[in-house]
Amino acid sequence: MSGLVAAVSGPGPVTGWRERLRPLRSLAAAARRGAFYLALPAALIILWQGLFELGLIRPILLPPPSTVARTFWTLTASGELPLHIAVSLLRVLEGFAIAAALGLILGIGIGLSRSLDQATDLTIQLIKPIPPIAWIPLAILWFGIGEAGKVYIIALGAFFPVLVNTIDGIRQTDHRYVELARILEVTRSRFIAQVVLPGALPSIMTGLRVGLMVAWICVVAAELIAASRGVGYLIMDARQLSQTDQVLVGMITIGAMGKLLDVLLKAAEHRLITWKTTYSGN
Amino acid sequence: MTIAAARTDDLRIGPLSKTFSLPTGSVHALDSIRLDIPGGRFISIVGASGCGKSTLLRIIAGLETGYDGHVTLGDKPITGPGLDRGVVFQEHRLLPWLTVEANIAFGLKNLPPDEIARRVAEHLELVGLAGFAKAYPHQLSGGMAQRVAIARALVNQPQVLLLDEPFGALDAMTKIQMQQEVLRIWEVEKTTMILVTHDIDEAIFLGDEVVVMSSRPGTVKMVLPVELSRPRDRSSIDFIALRKRIHREFFTEAELPFAYEI
Ligand SMILES: Nc1ncnc2c1ncn2[C@@H]1O[C@H](COP(=O)(O)OP(=O)(O)OP(=O)(O)O)[C@@H](O)[C@H]1O
Ligand SMILES: [Mg+2]
Repeated sequence: MSGLVAAVSGPGPVTGWRERLRPLRSLAAAARRGAFYLALPAALIILWQGLFELGLIRPILLPPPSTVARTFWTLTASGELPLHIAVSLLRVLEGFAIAAALGLILGIGIGLSRSLDQATDLTIQLIKPIPPIAWIPLAILWFGIGEAGKVYIIALGAFFPVLVNTIDGIRQTDHRYVELARILEVTRSRFIAQVVLPGALPSIMTGLRVGLMVAWICVVAAELIAASRGVGYLIMDARQLSQTDQVLVGMITIGAMGKLLDVLLKAAEHRLITWKTTYSGN
Repeated sequence: MTIAAARTDDLRIGPLSKTFSLPTGSVHALDSIRLDIPGGRFISIVGASGCGKSTLLRIIAGLETGYDGHVTLGDKPITGPGLDRGVVFQEHRLLPWLTVEANIAFGLKNLPPDEIARRVAEHLELVGLAGFAKAYPHQLSGGMAQRVAIARALVNQPQVLLLDEPFGALDAMTKIQMQQEVLRIWEVEKTTMILVTHDIDEAIFLGDEVVVMSSRPGTVKMVLPVELSRPRDRSSIDFIALRKRIHREFFTEAELPFAYEI
């Protein structure tokens, strides 16, 4: 566009002016996209505040965003909230790391071996539907109310999404590549390393992301019951004192942390899987 | 270039029959196919859709077992896949997560790294893609991807290269370019070439002989030698006469509408 203009009007001040404006224009486009992305949550917050200003919601049941923000700031400034976040985050990362390692190893094993699949399938199918929360009583009995029990619950919750998606990804290996490998007499180990695992990677990444989400759900559940620190504890503690603003701060923190970790995993996925061209909506 | 296979054995087929058993009944795909293909020949196979061309090629490749009859390469009966036979499919089947060079090296094994690099570079050169070693398949055009697939099939120096409609998905211009390319490669490599195609012009342009198959069950209807010197002129009188001759085979058989592609 500007090239055409330049050709017509020659090397005059017009070209320079347009050229200088170009970074500004792309900045404006980025700002527009950002605004669009934030529009819905912003509108919900404004609506929420508006309903409060109109006296339509009782602050005891649902404090307005302004109060929540103030509480958020107080808790952050006192160092209380960062501490709870750090404690929960550590639990999540521990549980998730265990789940990811076990889920990947077992998933790859089951995906590659029909007999291992046969041997484990029923057990997995039976244990998978049990919500991690239902394990809490046993976890307390087995591990007490210390860290181990909570990490156990988290690992259990995150394990199955990783496992199932890893198996799925491996099973979806394109039969055409299997034929190719047969024709080229590719060894089994190379076939696994260069065909099966790269092909399963998108599915494995999905499993890891879902697993991490579940880990956040589980950490809160575990902390609601027996904890003296952590975001889940913060919520439970506030509920007992009817501090709904603090409950909301805890809830929003969990949402934000989950989103943040998902963004990180998505970025990792983007770096690992450069070859995939997928449909991302209209 | 010195990458031609050391020797090229004759391929003997026949009599070969293949029946697929399905829960809904059985399909008699091939019936008493007989073909003797001397080493180093270029054979084109044409035939209506579903007449068993791919099945025949897959049997030669060793992908389809459980047939009746004999297929031998030299004095070795074919019982499974082997590096003495390379295959190029209609779709390139490149691994999307590997670079072009890694795709070509995919079938190479037990070689020192510098030997692998040398062979890959040689074959990239052969298919005219020397500058694309580090590219990924999604960065290539359809024709370029198919060239990489040809390089991958040739890198193990097979005696026989099996091509199943390798240019079926390419546009007319690219297709003609690729046909010339394959001819050039064949002249360098001296590999036995067996090309399945829907395109009669392609079959005549490339083949020493054109095998015409009929359907249900698939049999060899006619083997037509193409005694035209290369490079062949698609608009020469002899070429057109051959094209008409092959066409007539399909007309009488299936009353297909008049078109150059079957
Ligand atoms: N795996 C299979 N199981 C059952 N039937 C098959 C199988 N493969 C091929 N057939 C049948 O064998 C016959 C020949 O198929 P084939 O794919 O060889 O045809 P083709 O000549 O390559 O056709 P096209 O030109 O459309 O590719 C068809 O009737 C097909 O339905
Ligand atoms: Mg076919």
